[in-house]
Amino acid sequence: MSTVEERVKKIVCEQLGVKESEVQNTSSFVEDLGADSLDTVELVMALEEEFETEIPDEEAEKLASVQDAIDYIVAHT
Amino acid sequence: MLSPLGNDVDSSWEGILAGRSGITEIDRFDTTGYSTRIGGSIKNLDMESHLSTKDARKLDAFIHYGLIAAQQAVDASGLEGYAGLDRERVGVAIGSGIGGLEYMEKNIINMEKSGPRKVSPFFVPASIINMISGNVAIRFGYQGPNIAIVTACTTGTHNIGYAARTIAYGDADVMLAGGSEMATTRSSIAAFSAARALSTRNEQPEKASRPWDSDRDGFVLSDGAGVVVLEELEHAKSRGATIHGEVIGFGMSDDAFHITSPPASGEGAARSMKNAMRDAGLDLDAVDYINAHGTSTQVGDVAEVAAVKSVFAEHAYKLSISSTKSMTGHLLGAAGAVEAIFSVLSIRDGVLPPTINLEEPAEGCDLDFVAGKSRKADIRVVLSNSFGFGGTNGTLIFQRYED
Repeated sequence: MSTVEERVKKIVCEQLGVKESEVQNTSSFVEDLGADSLDTVELVMALEEEFETEIPDEEAEKLASVQDAIDYIVAHT
Repeated sequence: MLSPLGNDVDSSWEGILAGRSGITEIDRFDTTGYSTRIGGSIKNLDMESHLSTKDARKLDAFIHYGLIAAQQAVDASGLEGYAGLDRERVGVAIGSGIGGLEYMEKNIINMEKSGPRKVSPFFVPASIINMISGNVAIRFGYQGPNIAIVTACTTGTHNIGYAARTIAYGDADVMLAGGSEMATTRSSIAAFSAARALSTRNEQPEKASRPWDSDRDGFVLSDGAGVVVLEELEHAKSRGATIHGEVIGFGMSDDAFHITSPPASGEGAARSMKNAMRDAGLDLDAVDYINAHGTSTQVGDVAEVAAVKSVFAEHAYKLSISSTKSMTGHLLGAAGAVEAIFSVLSIRDGVLPPTINLEEPAEGCDLDFVAGKSRKADIRVVLSNSFGFGGTNGTLIFQRYED
Protein backbone atom coordinates (compact mmCIF):
# COMPACT_ATOMS: atom_id res chain seq x y z
CA MET A 1 0.00 0.00 0.00
CA SER A 2 1.36 3.41 -0.98
CA THR A 3 1.76 6.07 1.67
CA VAL A 4 -0.47 9.14 1.80
CA GLU A 5 2.46 11.18 0.53
CA GLU A 6 2.94 8.95 -2.50
CA ARG A 7 -0.74 8.93 -3.32
CA VAL A 8 -1.05 12.71 -2.99
CA LYS A 9 1.96 13.26 -5.23
CA LYS A 10 0.61 10.84 -7.82
CA ILE A 11 -2.67 12.79 -8.01
CA VAL A 12 -0.82 16.11 -8.19
CA CYS A 13 1.17 14.79 -11.16
CA GLU A 14 -1.92 13.53 -12.94
CA GLN A 15 -4.04 16.62 -12.33
CA LEU A 16 -1.42 19.27 -13.02
CA GLY A 17 0.43 17.42 -15.76
CA VAL A 18 3.81 17.66 -14.04
CA LYS A 19 6.59 15.09 -13.63
CA GLU A 20 7.13 13.32 -10.32
CA SER A 21 10.62 14.81 -10.08
CA GLU A 22 9.15 18.32 -10.13
CA VAL A 23 6.90 17.69 -7.14
CA GLN A 24 8.48 18.44 -3.74
CA ASN A 25 6.62 18.49 -0.44
CA THR A 26 7.19 22.24 -0.30
CA SER A 27 5.91 22.82 -3.86
CA SER A 28 3.13 25.38 -4.10
CA PHE A 29 0.39 24.33 -6.52
CA VAL A 30 0.10 27.78 -8.04
CA GLU A 31 3.62 29.21 -7.69
CA ASP A 32 5.68 26.11 -8.49
CA LEU A 33 3.43 23.70 -10.37
CA GLY A 34 1.58 26.08 -12.69
CA ALA A 35 -1.95 25.53 -11.40
CA ASP A 36 -4.65 28.15 -11.87
CA SER A 37 -7.71 28.61 -9.67
CA LEU A 38 -9.75 26.05 -11.63
CA ASP A 39 -6.94 23.48 -11.51
CA THR A 40 -6.79 23.69 -7.71
CA VAL A 41 -10.54 23.09 -7.44
CA GLU A 42 -10.28 19.98 -9.56
CA LEU A 43 -7.20 18.82 -7.67
CA VAL A 44 -9.16 18.94 -4.43
CA MET A 45 -11.98 16.96 -6.07
CA ALA A 46 -9.48 14.31 -7.10
CA LEU A 47 -8.06 14.14 -3.56
CA GLU A 48 -11.58 13.75 -2.17
CA GLU A 49 -12.20 10.87 -4.50
CA GLU A 50 -8.88 9.13 -3.82
CA PHE A 51 -9.22 9.35 -0.04
CA GLU A 52 -13.00 9.02 0.10
CA THR A 53 -13.40 12.15 2.12
CA GLU A 54 -15.04 15.53 1.75
CA ILE A 55 -12.90 18.63 2.04
CA PRO A 56 -15.04 21.69 2.90
CA ASP A 57 -14.46 24.70 0.65
CA GLU A 58 -13.02 26.84 3.46
CA GLU A 59 -10.46 24.10 4.20
CA ALA A 60 -9.75 23.48 0.54
CA GLU A 61 -8.81 27.13 0.04
CA LYS A 62 -6.04 26.76 2.62
CA LEU A 63 -4.37 23.86 0.77
CA ALA A 64 -1.63 25.75 -1.06
CA SER A 65 1.17 23.19 -1.14
CA VAL A 66 1.74 19.47 -1.44
CA GLN A 67 2.59 19.30 2.28
CA ASP A 68 -0.67 21.13 3.17
CA ALA A 69 -2.61 18.46 1.31
CA ILE A 70 -0.70 15.60 2.94
CA ASP A 71 -1.21 17.07 6.40
CA TYR A 72 -4.91 17.57 5.82
CA ILE A 73 -5.43 14.03 4.57
CA VAL A 74 -3.41 12.50 7.45
CA ALA A 75 -5.41 14.50 10.01
CA HIS A 76 -8.82 13.82 8.52
CA THR A 77 -8.82 10.24 7.26
CA MET B 1 -8.83 19.12 -41.17
CA LEU B 2 -9.86 16.08 -39.23
CA SER B 3 -12.46 13.88 -40.90
CA PRO B 4 -13.60 10.27 -40.84
CA LEU B 5 -11.41 9.87 -43.94
CA GLY B 6 -8.18 11.08 -42.36
CA ASN B 7 -6.55 13.30 -39.79
CA ASP B 8 -5.35 15.96 -42.19
CA VAL B 9 -6.33 17.63 -45.47
CA ASP B 10 -4.21 15.41 -47.71
CA SER B 11 -5.44 12.06 -46.41
CA SER B 12 -9.08 13.25 -46.32
CA TRP B 13 -8.87 14.56 -49.89
CA GLU B 14 -7.18 11.38 -51.04
CA GLY B 15 -10.13 9.45 -49.53
CA ILE B 16 -12.61 11.68 -51.34
CA LEU B 17 -10.91 11.26 -54.71
CA ALA B 18 -10.79 7.50 -54.20
CA GLY B 19 -14.51 7.45 -53.38
CA ARG B 20 -13.87 5.84 -50.01
CA SER B 21 -16.41 5.80 -47.18
CA GLY B 22 -15.25 6.80 -43.69
CA ILE B 23 -18.32 5.39 -41.97
CA THR B 24 -17.82 2.58 -39.46
CA GLU B 25 -19.37 1.13 -36.31
CA ILE B 26 -19.36 3.53 -33.38
CA ASP B 27 -16.97 2.32 -30.67
CA ARG B 28 -16.92 5.39 -28.42
CA PHE B 29 -19.75 4.01 -26.29
CA ASP B 30 -21.81 0.85 -25.97
CA THR B 31 -24.44 1.09 -28.71
CA THR B 32 -26.57 -1.80 -27.45
CA GLY B 33 -30.21 -0.83 -27.77
CA TYR B 34 -29.56 1.92 -30.31
CA SER B 35 -31.34 1.81 -33.66
CA THR B 36 -28.28 3.50 -35.22
CA ARG B 37 -24.88 2.04 -34.36
CA ILE B 38 -22.76 3.60 -37.09
CA GLY B 39 -21.07 6.94 -37.56
CA GLY B 40 -18.04 8.74 -38.91
CA SER B 41 -15.43 8.80 -36.17
CA ILE B 42 -11.96 10.28 -35.96
CA LYS B 43 -9.56 7.36 -35.87
CA ASN B 44 -5.99 6.92 -34.61
CA LEU B 45 -5.56 10.52 -33.52
CA ASP B 46 -2.20 11.17 -31.91
CA MET B 47 -3.51 13.57 -29.29
CA GLU B 48 -0.29 13.86 -27.32
CA SER B 49 1.62 15.43 -30.18
CA HIS B 50 -0.93 18.27 -30.20
CA LEU B 51 -2.06 18.78 -26.62
CA SER B 52 -0.63 18.05 -23.18
CA THR B 53 -2.68 15.58 -21.16
CA LYS B 54 -3.39 18.36 -18.67
CA ASP B 55 -4.82 20.64 -21.36
CA ALA B 56 -6.63 17.80 -23.09
CA ARG B 57 -8.46 16.87 -19.91
CA LYS B 58 -9.88 20.38 -19.56
CA LEU B 59 -11.47 20.44 -23.01
CA ASP B 60 -14.19 18.48 -24.71
CA ALA B 61 -13.21 16.51 -27.82
CA PHE B 62 -14.88 19.04 -30.14
CA ILE B 63 -12.37 21.63 -28.91
CA HIS B 64 -9.47 19.16 -29.33
CA TYR B 65 -10.50 18.65 -32.94
CA GLY B 66 -10.96 22.35 -33.60
CA LEU B 67 -7.60 23.23 -32.07
CA ILE B 68 -5.78 20.56 -34.06
CA ALA B 69 -7.41 21.68 -37.32
CA ALA B 70 -6.52 25.30 -36.50
CA GLN B 71 -2.91 24.32 -35.82
CA GLN B 72 -2.75 22.51 -39.16
CA ALA B 73 -4.20 25.53 -40.96
CA VAL B 74 -1.77 27.95 -39.31
CA ASP B 75 1.16 25.65 -40.12
CA ALA B 76 0.10 25.28 -43.75
CA SER B 77 -0.40 29.03 -44.17
CA GLY B 78 3.09 29.96 -43.06
CA LEU B 79 1.53 32.76 -41.01
CA GLU B 80 3.69 32.15 -37.98
CA GLY B 81 6.82 32.53 -40.08
CA TYR B 82 5.77 36.02 -41.23
CA ALA B 83 7.67 38.61 -39.23
CA GLY B 84 5.27 41.40 -40.19
CA LEU B 85 2.21 39.73 -38.69
CA ASP B 86 0.11 42.16 -36.65
CA ARG B 87 -1.64 39.88 -34.17
CA GLU B 88 -4.22 42.53 -33.35
CA ARG B 89 -5.37 42.19 -36.96
CA VAL B 90 -5.77 38.40 -36.84
CA GLY B 91 -9.13 37.04 -35.73
CA VAL B 92 -10.90 33.73 -35.25
CA ALA B 93 -14.40 32.52 -36.19
CA ILE B 94 -14.72 28.80 -35.46
CA GLY B 95 -18.05 27.39 -34.31
CA SER B 96 -19.73 24.12 -33.56
CA GLY B 97 -23.27 22.92 -34.06
CA ILE B 98 -23.69 21.26 -30.70
CA GLY B 99 -20.60 21.81 -28.55
CA GLY B 100 -19.21 19.80 -25.66
CA LEU B 101 -21.94 17.26 -25.28
CA GLU B 102 -19.71 14.41 -24.12
CA TYR B 103 -18.22 16.56 -21.34
CA MET B 104 -21.71 17.67 -20.34
CA GLU B 105 -22.99 14.10 -20.22
CA LYS B 106 -20.11 13.02 -18.01
CA ASN B 107 -20.58 15.85 -15.53
CA ILE B 108 -24.35 15.59 -15.39
CA ILE B 109 -24.08 11.86 -14.71
CA ASN B 110 -21.52 12.57 -11.94
CA MET B 111 -23.83 15.17 -10.44
CA GLU B 112 -26.79 12.83 -10.53
CA LYS B 113 -24.77 10.05 -8.88
CA SER B 114 -22.71 11.98 -6.35
CA GLY B 115 -24.13 15.47 -5.99
CA PRO B 116 -23.25 18.99 -7.13
CA ARG B 117 -19.74 18.98 -5.64
CA LYS B 118 -18.69 16.44 -8.27
CA VAL B 119 -19.18 18.85 -11.17
CA SER B 120 -15.82 19.83 -12.67
CA PRO B 121 -14.75 23.49 -12.55
CA PHE B 122 -13.90 23.00 -16.22
CA PHE B 123 -17.44 21.96 -17.14
CA VAL B 124 -18.35 25.33 -18.64
CA PRO B 125 -15.07 26.32 -20.35
CA ALA B 126 -14.69 22.74 -21.64
CA SER B 127 -18.06 22.61 -23.32
CA ILE B 128 -19.26 26.03 -24.50
CA ILE B 129 -18.98 26.62 -28.20
CA ASN B 130 -16.84 29.75 -28.41
CA MET B 131 -13.99 27.98 -26.62
CA ILE B 132 -12.37 26.79 -29.84
CA SER B 133 -12.03 30.41 -30.94
CA GLY B 134 -10.95 31.37 -27.41
CA ASN B 135 -8.32 28.66 -27.14
CA VAL B 136 -6.98 29.36 -30.64
CA ALA B 137 -6.57 33.03 -29.70
CA ILE B 138 -4.72 32.08 -26.50
CA ARG B 139 -2.47 29.56 -28.25
CA PHE B 140 -1.40 31.89 -31.07
CA GLY B 141 -1.90 35.31 -29.51
CA TYR B 142 -4.45 36.37 -32.11
CA GLN B 143 -6.06 39.44 -30.59
CA GLY B 144 -8.47 40.51 -33.33
CA PRO B 145 -12.21 39.76 -33.69
CA ASN B 146 -13.12 36.53 -31.94
CA ILE B 147 -16.47 34.88 -32.50
CA ALA B 148 -18.19 31.53 -32.88
CA ILE B 149 -21.36 31.49 -34.94
CA VAL B 150 -23.72 28.65 -34.04
CA THR B 151 -26.21 27.70 -36.74
CA ALA B 152 -26.53 23.92 -36.54
CA CYS B 153 -25.38 22.29 -39.78
CA THR B 154 -24.72 25.67 -41.42
CA THR B 155 -22.17 26.66 -38.74
CA GLY B 156 -18.99 26.08 -40.76
CA THR B 157 -20.31 27.90 -43.82
CA HIS B 158 -21.58 30.86 -41.81
CA ASN B 159 -18.32 31.24 -39.91
CA ILE B 160 -16.29 31.28 -43.12
CA GLY B 161 -18.70 33.71 -44.79
CA TYR B 162 -18.76 35.98 -41.79
CA ALA B 163 -14.97 35.84 -41.48
CA ALA B 164 -14.57 36.82 -45.14
CA ARG B 165 -16.87 39.80 -44.55
CA THR B 166 -14.94 40.76 -41.43
CA ILE B 167 -11.85 41.07 -43.61
CA ALA B 168 -13.72 42.79 -46.45
CA TYR B 169 -15.18 45.27 -43.93
CA GLY B 170 -11.67 46.09 -42.75
CA ASP B 171 -11.85 44.69 -39.23
CA ALA B 172 -9.05 42.14 -39.73
CA ASP B 173 -6.30 41.20 -42.18
CA VAL B 174 -6.45 37.48 -41.45
CA MET B 175 -9.20 35.24 -40.04
CA LEU B 176 -9.07 31.59 -39.01
CA ALA B 177 -12.52 30.25 -39.77
CA GLY B 178 -14.44 27.01 -39.74
CA GLY B 179 -16.21 24.54 -37.51
CA SER B 180 -15.70 21.50 -35.36
CA GLU B 181 -17.94 18.74 -34.04
CA MET B 182 -17.81 15.66 -31.84
CA ALA B 183 -21.45 14.78 -31.43
CA THR B 184 -21.46 11.01 -31.85
CA THR B 185 -22.21 10.68 -28.14
CA ARG B 186 -24.79 8.48 -26.51
CA SER B 187 -27.34 11.23 -25.91
CA SER B 188 -26.90 12.77 -29.35
CA ILE B 189 -27.22 9.50 -31.28
CA ALA B 190 -30.28 8.71 -29.15
CA ALA B 191 -31.79 12.12 -29.88
CA PHE B 192 -31.17 12.16 -33.63
CA SER B 193 -32.47 8.58 -33.75
CA ALA B 194 -35.63 9.63 -31.92
CA ALA B 195 -36.08 12.33 -34.55
CA ARG B 196 -35.80 9.57 -37.21
CA ALA B 197 -33.00 11.53 -38.85
CA LEU B 198 -30.28 8.87 -38.97
CA SER B 199 -29.63 5.99 -41.32
CA THR B 200 -30.10 2.61 -39.65
CA ARG B 201 -28.12 0.70 -42.27
CA ASN B 202 -25.97 -0.77 -39.49
CA GLU B 203 -24.92 -3.87 -41.40
CA GLN B 204 -23.41 -1.84 -44.26
CA PRO B 205 -21.88 1.29 -42.74
CA GLU B 206 -19.99 2.25 -45.91
CA LYS B 207 -23.26 2.21 -47.87
CA ALA B 208 -25.32 4.16 -45.34
CA SER B 209 -24.76 7.70 -46.62
CA ARG B 210 -26.32 7.71 -50.09
CA PRO B 211 -27.50 11.15 -51.14
CA TRP B 212 -30.17 11.24 -53.88
CA ASP B 213 -30.36 7.44 -54.01
CA SER B 214 -33.87 6.01 -53.92
CA ASP B 215 -32.79 3.69 -51.10
CA ARG B 216 -31.48 6.41 -48.75
CA ASP B 217 -32.78 6.32 -45.19
CA GLY B 218 -31.30 9.27 -43.34
CA PHE B 219 -27.94 10.86 -42.66
CA VAL B 220 -24.89 9.46 -40.87
CA LEU B 221 -23.59 11.50 -37.96
CA SER B 222 -19.86 12.22 -38.12
CA ASP B 223 -17.10 13.95 -36.18
CA GLY B 224 -14.29 16.20 -37.31
CA ALA B 225 -13.16 19.73 -37.91
CA GLY B 226 -12.21 22.07 -40.71
CA VAL B 227 -10.38 25.36 -40.40
CA VAL B 228 -9.24 27.67 -43.19
CA VAL B 229 -7.02 30.74 -43.15
CA LEU B 230 -8.72 33.66 -44.91
CA GLU B 231 -6.59 36.62 -45.73
CA GLU B 232 -6.95 40.02 -47.33
CA LEU B 233 -5.57 39.64 -50.86
CA GLU B 234 -2.82 42.27 -50.71
CA HIS B 235 -1.78 41.01 -47.28
CA ALA B 236 -1.49 37.46 -48.64
CA LYS B 237 0.43 38.60 -51.73
CA SER B 238 2.81 40.81 -49.79
CA ARG B 239 3.97 37.93 -47.61
CA GLY B 240 4.16 35.51 -50.54
CA ALA B 241 1.41 33.21 -49.27
CA THR B 242 0.15 30.30 -51.36
CA ILE B 243 -3.35 31.34 -52.45
CA HIS B 244 -5.54 28.28 -52.94
CA GLY B 245 -8.65 30.19 -54.04
CA GLU B 246 -10.77 33.25 -53.47
CA VAL B 247 -14.02 33.64 -51.54
CA ILE B 248 -16.11 35.69 -53.95
CA GLY B 249 -19.65 35.23 -52.67
CA PHE B 250 -21.60 34.58 -49.50
CA GLY B 251 -25.35 34.34 -49.06
CA MET B 252 -27.75 33.47 -46.26
CA SER B 253 -31.47 32.94 -45.79
CA ASP B 254 -34.00 31.10 -43.70
CA ASP B 255 -36.81 28.77 -44.74
CA ALA B 256 -39.14 30.29 -42.11
CA PHE B 257 -40.97 26.99 -42.34
CA HIS B 258 -40.24 24.17 -39.86
CA ILE B 259 -37.71 23.47 -37.09
CA THR B 260 -36.06 20.48 -38.79
CA SER B 261 -37.49 20.07 -42.32
CA PRO B 262 -37.11 22.25 -45.40
CA PRO B 263 -40.06 22.92 -47.71
CA ALA B 264 -40.10 20.48 -50.65
CA SER B 265 -39.66 23.41 -53.04
CA GLY B 266 -36.27 24.21 -51.52
CA GLU B 267 -37.15 27.89 -51.76
CA GLY B 268 -35.10 28.87 -48.70
CA ALA B 269 -32.06 27.11 -50.13
CA ALA B 270 -32.68 28.83 -53.45
CA ARG B 271 -32.75 32.25 -51.78
CA SER B 272 -29.43 31.50 -50.10
CA MET B 273 -27.82 30.55 -53.43
CA LYS B 274 -29.31 33.61 -55.15
CA ASN B 275 -27.98 35.88 -52.43
CA ALA B 276 -24.52 34.38 -52.80
CA MET B 277 -24.65 34.71 -56.59
CA ARG B 278 -25.67 38.35 -56.27
CA ASP B 279 -22.84 38.94 -53.81
CA ALA B 280 -20.39 37.35 -56.24
CA GLY B 281 -21.82 39.27 -59.21
CA LEU B 282 -21.70 36.17 -61.38
CA ASP B 283 -23.77 35.00 -64.31
CA LEU B 284 -25.52 31.68 -63.66
CA ASP B 285 -23.43 29.82 -66.21
CA ALA B 286 -20.20 30.75 -64.41
CA VAL B 287 -20.77 28.03 -61.79
CA ASP B 288 -19.00 24.79 -62.69
CA TYR B 289 -19.57 22.69 -59.60
CA ILE B 290 -21.83 22.66 -56.54
CA ASN B 291 -20.68 20.94 -53.38
CA ALA B 292 -24.15 20.14 -52.11
CA HIS B 293 -25.48 19.98 -48.59
CA GLY B 294 -26.80 16.55 -49.72
CA THR B 295 -27.13 14.71 -46.40
CA SER B 296 -29.00 11.59 -47.60
CA THR B 297 -32.36 12.49 -46.03
CA GLN B 298 -35.69 11.94 -47.78
CA VAL B 299 -36.87 15.54 -47.91
CA GLY B 300 -33.61 17.48 -47.87
CA ASP B 301 -31.96 15.89 -50.89
CA VAL B 302 -34.95 16.45 -53.16
CA ALA B 303 -35.50 20.00 -51.91
CA GLU B 304 -31.90 20.92 -52.72
CA VAL B 305 -32.24 19.59 -56.26
CA ALA B 306 -35.44 21.62 -56.68
CA ALA B 307 -33.60 24.68 -55.38
CA VAL B 308 -30.69 24.22 -57.76
CA LYS B 309 -33.09 23.86 -60.69
CA SER B 310 -35.04 26.95 -59.68
CA VAL B 311 -31.88 29.07 -59.36
CA PHE B 312 -29.87 27.80 -62.32
CA ALA B 313 -32.66 26.86 -64.75
CA GLU B 314 -31.11 25.19 -67.84
CA HIS B 315 -27.61 25.56 -66.46
CA ALA B 316 -28.56 23.18 -63.61
CA TYR B 317 -28.20 20.36 -66.16
CA LYS B 318 -24.79 21.54 -67.32
CA LEU B 319 -23.03 22.06 -64.01
CA SER B 320 -21.94 19.17 -61.78
CA ILE B 321 -23.16 18.69 -58.25
CA SER B 322 -21.99 16.14 -55.70
CA SER B 323 -22.18 15.35 -52.02
CA THR B 324 -18.93 14.60 -50.24
CA LYS B 325 -21.13 13.60 -47.28
CA SER B 326 -21.66 10.32 -49.15
CA MET B 327 -18.09 9.58 -47.97
CA THR B 328 -17.60 11.65 -44.82
CA GLY B 329 -21.10 11.45 -43.38
CA HIS B 330 -22.54 14.61 -41.88
CA LEU B 331 -20.15 16.59 -39.70
CA LEU B 332 -22.91 19.01 -38.59
CA GLY B 333 -21.18 22.25 -37.57
CA ALA B 334 -17.93 21.17 -39.22
CA ALA B 335 -19.58 20.11 -42.48
CA GLY B 336 -19.50 23.49 -44.22
CA ALA B 337 -15.88 23.96 -43.25
CA VAL B 338 -14.54 20.63 -44.52
CA GLU B 339 -16.67 21.06 -47.64
CA ALA B 340 -15.26 24.54 -48.23
CA ILE B 341 -11.82 22.93 -48.23
CA PHE B 342 -12.94 20.18 -50.62
CA SER B 343 -14.49 22.85 -52.87
CA VAL B 344 -11.25 24.80 -53.11
CA LEU B 345 -9.24 21.61 -53.67
CA SER B 346 -11.56 20.62 -56.52
CA ILE B 347 -10.59 23.91 -58.21
CA ARG B 348 -6.89 23.44 -57.42
CA ASP B 349 -6.71 19.87 -58.70
CA GLY B 350 -9.29 20.14 -61.48
CA VAL B 351 -11.31 17.20 -60.23
CA LEU B 352 -14.96 16.72 -59.30
CA PRO B 353 -15.47 14.79 -56.05
CA PRO B 354 -17.90 11.90 -56.49
CA THR B 355 -21.20 11.05 -54.86
CA ILE B 356 -20.77 7.43 -53.82
CA ASN B 357 -23.59 4.94 -53.18
CA LEU B 358 -25.79 6.66 -55.74
CA GLU B 359 -27.04 3.55 -57.52
CA GLU B 360 -30.64 4.34 -58.37
CA PRO B 361 -31.37 8.09 -58.39
CA ALA B 362 -34.61 9.05 -56.68
CA GLU B 363 -37.45 10.58 -58.65
CA GLY B 364 -36.63 14.07 -59.87
CA CYS B 365 -32.93 13.63 -59.08
CA ASP B 366 -31.67 13.92 -62.65
CA LEU B 367 -28.64 16.22 -62.43
CA ASP B 368 -24.99 15.27 -62.94
CA PHE B 369 -24.21 14.02 -59.44
CA VAL B 370 -20.73 12.69 -60.38
CA ALA B 371 -22.03 9.29 -59.32
CA GLY B 372 -19.55 6.67 -58.18
CA LYS B 373 -16.18 8.07 -59.26
CA SER B 374 -14.32 11.37 -59.17
CA ARG B 375 -13.79 12.97 -62.57
CA LYS B 376 -11.32 15.40 -64.10
CA ALA B 377 -12.81 18.76 -65.07
CA ASP B 378 -11.74 22.34 -65.57
CA ILE B 379 -13.29 24.02 -62.53
CA ARG B 380 -13.13 27.76 -62.05
CA VAL B 381 -16.11 28.51 -59.78
CA VAL B 382 -17.58 26.33 -57.02
CA LEU B 383 -20.64 26.93 -54.90
CA SER B 384 -20.99 25.20 -51.52
CA ASN B 385 -24.28 24.85 -49.66
CA SER B 386 -25.14 24.19 -46.02
CA PHE B 387 -28.60 24.03 -44.49
CA GLY B 388 -29.45 23.57 -40.83
CA PHE B 389 -32.12 23.03 -38.20
CA GLY B 390 -34.08 26.20 -37.70
CA GLY B 391 -34.27 26.52 -41.48
CA THR B 392 -30.97 28.38 -41.61
CA ASN B 393 -29.16 28.36 -44.96
CA GLY B 394 -25.72 29.45 -46.08
CA THR B 395 -23.91 29.44 -49.42
CA LEU B 396 -20.28 30.20 -50.21
CA ILE B 397 -18.81 30.75 -53.67
CA PHE B 398 -15.13 30.13 -54.37
CA GLN B 399 -13.16 31.06 -57.46
CA ARG B 400 -9.81 30.01 -58.83
CA TYR B 401 -7.24 32.64 -58.01
CA GLU B 402 -5.64 34.16 -61.08
CA ASP B 403 -2.98 36.76 -60.54
